[in-house]
Amino acid sequence: MTDLNPFSSPVSGVRNTGLSRRGFLRGVGASGAAAAGASLLAACGSDSGGSSGSGGNDEKILNFANWPLYIDTKRVDGTKSYPTLEAFQQQTGIQVNYSEPVNDNEEYFAKIRPVLAANKDVGVDSFVLTDWMASKLINLTWLEQLDKANIPNLDNITSALKEPTFDPNRDYSLPWQSGVTGIAYDSSVTGEVGSITDLLTNPDLNGGITVLKEMRDTMGLILLDQGADPADFTEDEWASAIDALGAAKDSGQIRQFTGNNYAQLLAQGTIAACIAWSGDVIQLQFDNPDIKFVIPEAGGMLWSDNMLIPINAQHKANAETWMNYYYEPKVAAELAAWVNYICPVAGAQEELAKTDPKLAENPLIFPSDKELGMLAIFQALSDEEETQYSTEFQAIAV
Amino acid sequence: MSAAPAPGAAANTPADDVARPVGAHKWTPYVLLTPGMLWLGVFFIIPTVMLVKMSLSSGTAFSGDGSFTFSRSDLQWSNYGDAWTKYVIDTPIFQKSLIYALIATALTLVIAYPLAYTIAFKSGRWKNFLLVLVIAPFFTSFLLRTNAWQTILVDSGPVVTFMENIGLLDFLHTVTNIPDSWPSWAQIFPDGITDPNRVLATPLAVIVGLAYNFLPFMTLPLYASLERIDIRFIEAATDLYSSAWTAFRKVTFPLSLPGVVAGTLLTFIPAAGDPVNAQLLGSASDAMMGNAIDAQFKSTGNYPLAAALSALLMAVIVAMVTVYVRRAGTEELV
Repeated sequence: MTDLNPFSSPVSGVRNTGLSRRGFLRGVGASGAAAAGASLLAACGSDSGGSSGSGGNDEKILNFANWPLYIDTKRVDGTKSYPTLEAFQQQTGIQVNYSEPVNDNEEYFAKIRPVLAANKDVGVDSFVLTDWMASKLINLTWLEQLDKANIPNLDNITSALKEPTFDPNRDYSLPWQSGVTGIAYDSSVTGEVGSITDLLTNPDLNGGITVLKEMRDTMGLILLDQGADPADFTEDEWASAIDALGAAKDSGQIRQFTGNNYAQLLAQGTIAACIAWSGDVIQLQFDNPDIKFVIPEAGGMLWSDNMLIPINAQHKANAETWMNYYYEPKVAAELAAWVNYICPVAGAQEELAKTDPKLAENPLIFPSDKELGMLAIFQALSDEEETQYSTEFQAIAV
Repeated sequence: MSAAPAPGAAANTPADDVARPVGAHKWTPYVLLTPGMLWLGVFFIIPTVMLVKMSLSSGTAFSGDGSFTFSRSDLQWSNYGDAWTKYVIDTPIFQKSLIYALIATALTLVIAYPLAYTIAFKSGRWKNFLLVLVIAPFFTSFLLRTNAWQTILVDSGPVVTFMENIGLLDFLHTVTNIPDSWPSWAQIFPDGITDPNRVLATPLAVIVGLAYNFLPFMTLPLYASLERIDIRFIEAATDLYSSAWTAFRKVTFPLSLPGVVAGTLLTFIPAAGDPVNAQLLGSASDAMMGNAIDAQFKSTGNYPLAAALSALLMAVIVAMVTVYVRRAGTEELV
C-alpha cells in the first residue's frame, strides 16, 4: 500500500462524502458531514459515562492514531472539527488527542517497532491497523487484551466480522471500518470482468490490468478463484495460486502492481480493469458512473482496519470507552455516512436510513448477508508461512 | 601543520615555540574540520556501520519477538549469498538498476551538454534567467514531477501516439528485445526497452523519468566548468585555422571534462538507487534495486537481506566510480 500518488483524480463536489482514507491523497478538502448528526447524538444517553479507571492512569485523556480522512469531518470557516469525536468528549469528559499519522501499515509498523520491542510506551493509546498487521502485532505480543466489560457494545459487531481467524474472540482488535477487495472495471471499455481468471487471462485485457501490491488482497482473490478458501488453504493451493499470478505477469497481462494509484489509472482510462478496494470505487463512481465494482462470483476478500491498544498504553480504559462509543449504531451510522467503507456495526443501517435512505441501501457500505457470505478473510499466518509466502509473492510483485 | 611556516619564526630561534605569533593556530585545521567530520560521523559512518552489522544479522521484523540477532562468531554471510542469488542470478534486478542508470546518465549527458553550452556561451543577458529555469523544477516535489510523467506518457496521449506513428516505439522494441534463449541473468529487457504500443510501465518510461529528474544535476556542473573556460583558448584555436568542430573537440570538450565527470557521478549514483521512478513509471518487471530494498524492508520485514542488498549496491557503485574516476582523472575535480 505504499502510496506515492499525490495526484488528484478529479473528485468533484461529492455530496456528503469526503475521501476514503485509502484515497486520501487524491484530493483534499471535501467537505460536509451529515449535519443532522449532532441532533442524533443528543438523544443518545449512554451507559459509558464513568467507566474509566482500570488502566494505568486516571487522566481523562485519549491519544488516538488513525488514517487520514477516516473520520467524519466538518469544516466551518476553515477550522476542522469532528462531530462524533466532539460529542464523545462532551459525553465522557475525555479529552481526545486525535492524530492521523498512519499512511501505510508497514510504514507505521516500522515506526512503532523499535519502541514496542523495547517494551516502552509508543505515546498512543490506540491506533488503527489492517487485519494482517494486527495479526502480526498479536503474535509479537505487543497488544493489550481488551477489557470487554468496558465495551458492552461489542455485541453490535456484524456477524461476518465477529470471529476472524487471527483474533477469534476479538480479544485484541475491534474493526474501525471494513472494506471489500474485488474487481473494478470501466464498462465503457470492456464488458463485465466477473472473475479473476477473466482478469488474469482474457487476451483483450492484456497489459491493461493492475493488481494490488497487498499480498492478502491479490492472493486471496486468486485462491478464491481457484476454489480454495483463503481462510484455510493448503501449501499446494498456494503454489498453484502463485503460479497463476506469475503466469499473468510473464504474459504481460499485468501492467503494474499498485497501491491505491490504480484509481488514477482507472479514471484516466489507462487500465480497463483492476483489483480494487470498495471505498475507492464508490468515490470514483461519483465522477464516472461507467466504473463498476464487482465481487467475483468465486468470492471477494473482506478486510478491516482495527482499533488496537499497544502494550504500555497510558489510557487503556479510555480507549475502551472510545471503542464502545463508536459501536453505538447511531454513531456508527454517522461515521459510515462520511467514510463510505463497510460499517462494522449492526443496526447502523437502520439509523442511517432515517437520514440518508439512499446511502443506507448501498451494498458496498451495508452488504447484505448474502453478499457477506461471498466474502472471505485471509487466514492468520505463522512466522514461517508469513516469511515464505511474502517472499514468494514479493519475488513476483517487485 | 602543512601550513606555510609562520613568517615571524626566524631561523636563529629553532626551539623557541613560545615566539609563535598565534598559539592556537596548530589546532585551527582540526577545529575547522570538526563540523564536517561530525556530520560524516553521525550521518554516514555510524549508519554505514549499523547497515553492515544488520546485513550480517539474522531474524525478521515480523517474526519471533521482532528483533535481530548479531553474533560475532556467527556472521550471517548467507544474506549476501541470498541477495546475489535472488537479485543477480534469478532476476537481474541488480544489472537492470545499473544499466537503467547508465542509459539515463548517457541520455542526460547528451541533453545537458548542449544546454549547458548554450547557457555558458550563447545566452547573453538571458544567462541567469535560463539558469533559474534549469533549477525551477526543484520548486515542485520530486514525486509530483514524476507523477506528471504518468500523464505525459499516457497510452493514448499525443506523445505516445506520435512515437508510435513514426515507428520509433516499434523500432526500439525490436532492437532491444533480448531473445528468450539468453540466461535469466541477462534478461535486462525481456520484452524490449519499450512496448510497441505504450511507454508507461516499460523500462523506457523509467529511464526517461530518471533522465528527466536528474537533468539539473548534470547541467549545473557542466555549466560551471564550461563557464570557467577562458574564451581566448577557443579564439586561439580558431586563429590557428581549426574548424569550429575541431576547436570544440580539442579545446572546449577536454576543458569541460571535470564537469562531465562530476555531472555523470551526480546523475549515475542516485539514479542507480532510485525507487520512485521505477515504482511510478515502471511495471513490476522494471523494478530496480531501490524497490527491492524497499520491499524486503517493508513488506517482508527482512531487514538483514535489505541491508545486505544496500551494502552490495553501495560496494558495487563505489567500485565502479573508483575505476571511472581513476580513468577520467580527477586532478581538476578536487
